[in-house]
Formats: sequence, C-alpha cells, structure tokens
Amino acid sequence: MALLEIKDLHAEVDGKPILKGIDLTIEPGEVHAIMGPNGSGKSTLSYVLAGRDGYEVTGGSIKFDGKDLLEMEADERAVAGIFLAFQYPVELPGVGGMTFLKEALNARRKAAGEDEIDAMGFLKLVRAKAKTLEITDEMLKRAVNVGFSGGEKKRNEILQMAVLEPMLCVLDETDSGLDIDALKIVSDGVNALRAEGRSMLVITHYQRLLNHIVPDKVHVLAQGKIRRTGGKELALELEQKGYADFVEAA
Amino acid sequence: MSTDVTTLPLITGPLDDSGPHWLVALRRSAIARYGQIGLPGARTEAWKFTGLNALKALQPVAAEGPAPAALPSSLADLDRTEVRLANGRVEALPSGLPNGVEIVPLDDPATVPGWVRENLGSVSSIDAYPFAALNAAQFTGGVAIRIARGVMPDAPILLSIATSGDDGATAIAHPRVLVVVEDGASADLVTVHQGSGAYMANPVTEIVVGTGARLSHSVLQAEAVEAFHVAMTSVRLADQATYDGFVLATGARLARHEVRAELAGQRVDYRINGVYLGADSQHHDLTTFIDHAQPHGSSHEMVKGVLTGRSRGVFQGKILVRPDAQKTDGFQMNRALLLSRDAEVDSKPELEIYADDVKCSHGATVGELDDDQLFYLMARGIPKARARALLVEAYVLEAIALIARAPVREAFTAVAADWLSRHVAGAEE
Repeated sequence: MALLEIKDLHAEVDGKPILKGIDLTIEPGEVHAIMGPNGSGKSTLSYVLAGRDGYEVTGGSIKFDGKDLLEMEADERAVAGIFLAFQYPVELPGVGGMTFLKEALNARRKAAGEDEIDAMGFLKLVRAKAKTLEITDEMLKRAVNVGFSGGEKKRNEILQMAVLEPMLCVLDETDSGLDIDALKIVSDGVNALRAEGRSMLVITHYQRLLNHIVPDKVHVLAQGKIRRTGGKELALELEQKGYADFVEAA
Repeated sequence: MSTDVTTLPLITGPLDDSGPHWLVALRRSAIARYGQIGLPGARTEAWKFTGLNALKALQPVAAEGPAPAALPSSLADLDRTEVRLANGRVEALPSGLPNGVEIVPLDDPATVPGWVRENLGSVSSIDAYPFAALNAAQFTGGVAIRIARGVMPDAPILLSIATSGDDGATAIAHPRVLVVVEDGASADLVTVHQGSGAYMANPVTEIVVGTGARLSHSVLQAEAVEAFHVAMTSVRLADQATYDGFVLATGARLARHEVRAELAGQRVDYRINGVYLGADSQHHDLTTFIDHAQPHGSSHEMVKGVLTGRSRGVFQGKILVRPDAQKTDGFQMNRALLLSRDAEVDSKPELEIYADDVKCSHGATVGELDDDQLFYLMARGIPKARARALLVEAYVLEAIALIARAPVREAFTAVAADWLSRHVAGAEE
C-alpha cells in the first residue's frame, strides 16, 4: 500500500485556484523531490498536506497510510505521522524549546497508545539527537526559535523531526537561507532519518539540496500541476535549463 | 460639619470625630472634598471607560466582623511575615516580628507613633479622587508598617486584606494601609485582596520609599466574583529609591486599581508591571500615573491583559515628565489578548513631557492568538485547545517573569496558571 496517495487534488487560497489537479503516489521508504518555479504551488501543497486553515481543498483526495487525510485536523495528521518542516519556522516567545518538544512527542506517543516519556528518558533522547545537529543545550533551553538564526531554525526543524520520527517528512524549502556548512548539517540530519518505512517529500526551488538528499523521483510542479516526473537526473537538467519550458508550456 | 454626611453616596455612618485632632482634620477635609466632587459620572474623563452605575445603586452597610478567606495554596506555602486585615481592621498580627520591622494597628489613633502621624494621608491625594477621599473619611482600623533605616527583612511581608459580604445589603470596607520604608531599607511586600459574598472594597495604600531604599510590592487582586474593588495605591519615592510593583488581577465583578507614583527624588527606579485576567462579564481597570519630578529617573511599565467571555479591560497610563526631570527614561507597554469576540479592551496611554532631554517610549497592542503560532503547534501534534493554552500561558508568564523575587514569582505564576486552566482551555474562539 502506498504511504501517500494524492489524486486529482485541487486547492485554492482566498478563492484563487492554486493546485489544479495533482496526482502523486509515494511508497514507503521513497524520497520524492518536488521542484518548481516560484508561485507554482509548492508551498500550498505542503500546507494542504499539513492541514492548514485557509487552504481549501476543492477537489480530489489524499490518502495517508490508508486514511482519508482531508478528514483530519492538523494535529491529528501530525500524530498520525506527517511532519512538515517549515520554510519559515515560527517563533514562540515564552514557550520553552524542551516543553514544546515534550508536548509534541507525548501527543504522538499518546496517539500511538504509548505511555508518556519520562523526564530522564526524554532529556537523553533529545540531547543525543541535538548533538548530531550541533544544537547546544543553551539553544534547547531558549524559547522555540526565538533569537535563532535562519540556519539554527532549520536545524531545529530537523531536530523536531528526529525526535518525532514521522512516517512522512515534508521538507518545504529547507535549503532556503542556508549557507554551505549549514546545508551539510541539515542534509546529514535528514539523511540519518532515511529508513525503510519512512518517506520524504522534499520541496525545493534549487537542485543543490538534492546533491545531498538524493531523491528516488523528481517531479516538476508548475502552474498547479505536475508537469513532468523523472529520476534524480531530472534535477540536473532543470539546473541547466531552468523552468522556462514548463512555464511556457502551461 | 453642618450637612448630614450620611446622605452622601456610599457613606455608611456619621463622621468619626473621636480621634486625635490631626486625624479628625484629615477626615473632615476628606468628607468635604468628597461632598464637593461626588462620585465620577459618565463624563468624567478619568472614568469614561469604567461605568459606576451598578456601584452607585448600592445602599451599603459597613462591613464588620471576621472575614474568612483562604490564601491560594501557592501563597499559603510562602515563607512570610503575615498581617491580616478583616473588613479593614487588623485581625491578626504576626508574633515575633523581624528586627527593625514595626507593624501598628490604627484602631487607636491616639496612641500611634509619630511616623504614622507624619505620613498618613500625606501620599494619597484626595483632591480629584473621590474614592480616596471616601476612604480617608470612613476608614476604620487600618495598619501601618515601618521598615526601619537600613533594615532588610529576609521573608516577604504578606498583607491579607479580606472583606466579607453581608447577607442583606452590600457591605463596604475601606482598608487603610501605610507603608514606610526608611532610608537604605529593603523589603518585599505581598498584598492579597480577597473576600466572600457581595461587597465593595475600597482600599487605600500609601507607600513612602526613603533615600536609597527599595520596596518590591506584588499585589494579587482576587476578590470574590460579586465584589466591587476600587483601590488606590500611592507611592512617593526619594532619591535613588526603588519601587518594583506588580499587580495581578483576577477577581471582582468590577475592579479599578489606580496606582500613582511621585518620583520626588533623583535617580529613582520605578516599575509598575501587571497582568489582568478577565472572564465572563468581569471588568478590569488598571489606571496608572507616573510623575517624573526629578532628573535621571526611570520608569518601566508592562501591563498585559487576557480577556475571555464578555469581559472588558481598561488600561490608562499617564506619564508626566516635569521640566526638571531631565534624563528621564520611561517605558510603557500595554498589551491585550482577546480570546472571544465579545471581549473588549480600551487602552489609553498619555504622555505629557515638559523636559527636552528624555527618552520615553510607549506602545499598545490588542490582538487575538497568532494563527501562525497556533498552526505551528498543531503541526507538531498538539491539540488546538492545548496549543491555545500554551500560547496564552507564555504570553502571561512573560509579564509575571518581571517579579524579581523567585518565591513570589512562582506563587503568582501558579495563581495565573490556575486561572488559565479554568478559563482558557475551554474558552470559545
């Protein structure tokens, strides 16, 4: 059974159609990349998957792990195993990073019928994952994303992903605003999470991220539709030729 | 007095002229003033956001006798020196006061020490403040606290001010408090307003902070749900004095707390921060006045409100910088979070600056919970109600964090958290 099955998905924002018939199937363990020019609907797709208010699905269906995703609230989708790494992670002044992570992890455990994690076990788990992402104790103690640099915010997203161990990771322009070193740390963090049962949807404008996170399939999204699908070599082709063909073709 | 004072609104009995001359003089001038100005009307600028019709309709009787009130558990656990006022009178004095701390009931004004005579009525202006005048004319009992020169008691002094409602008519109490922190002394004072039944509490607190002295003063207004609470706190600060004030308001059906500060000395550090939490049809009014009279003073004011149901919040903050008060550094911020469509807030900052070399900033924000923040929390699996509670708690705790003394801060945090658990998790959008 496919982990994610999107069929003829139409969605609009403020009454404006953005997604105009997306078909996409991701099998367990696969890494798919979605590339496309600005305004093609990449971020809209990620928000629709995560269940954000204001992104209205007007047609089609999404099945996740056999369930009707569109019937679920954002928090239900998260505990069911969907994780969206935000393009612009949100600052939460006054909400401690550790409190936040613990709330999130326990929500996921509760949904899976597991007990809440004990304080010591939690601390050990987070510290171990944080270390590989070069996230210090001091950063963990701060309020969520407050005072973080762009790169620190992105690393913090990957830390959350590592702690929550989702089934589907949606990475929305995770490479934006990262320098080469930060890109390497983040990519290593993502690659460490690649596993047989875990799928990834990597959304990016540029090919460079895909040098580090090598996809099984690459899709080109333009004007609300997937225009072409290929292997990892398609990303290289796009890097050379740009998106002009797809924009004109539409 | 030739006129019958008992015909004036909210007056419960004739003027008590049995006391010493200085006190009778104070009461007489107060009642005369009260008779002239009367209660504020709808066109009184200082009261335009806080209507008093419900209060004016009262035919109160004097609150008397015991006033049972249990402290919130977090405060009950606090290591403290406790003084209890019941319906204005000292009910219990602590045994064994710390050295240099004097606590004097004012029941027998003829015997009060000189420092009480000198200071009582000297800080609280009655000119334009009918409720302060009413208190001065009618208070029974009361308490005066002195921290002697250079003394720094370890434990906070906790002043519990309780009022009990009468079965028939609404009871009214006028608790009177004087706090004198002498030169170089430093103390922590926690005031808790509580009560039971339907009543009106009209407390007046006068605070004198001497040269180089410091008072941190945390006030919890947790009056009964049927209560009216009209409070005046007046502070006078000498050179290099510090007043670190905080007001947490959760109680009363209608509350007006006015805090006035006269920065009479140079290099004064004055802080008045606070949080009001409103539910149902509660009305919270926090009105502050900061009078920068001398150079190099600083004032810091951060007030945050959370309003649910049909509750209403009012913030009025005036900062006056007089011509001599050069190098004044003033900061004022008022923020309100509206958690229901029917909640309302009025915010009125007012800066009046006559000195040319000052730094003053002020701002006000009113808003709902941030959708981006809510979605971010939900996208991590946190249910909406819990996500809201987390965000509101963070918002409130940012202000409570300004209470410097850890045990007091933790106690107030627990009071706020308790309120949030009862009023926010289930609140409508």
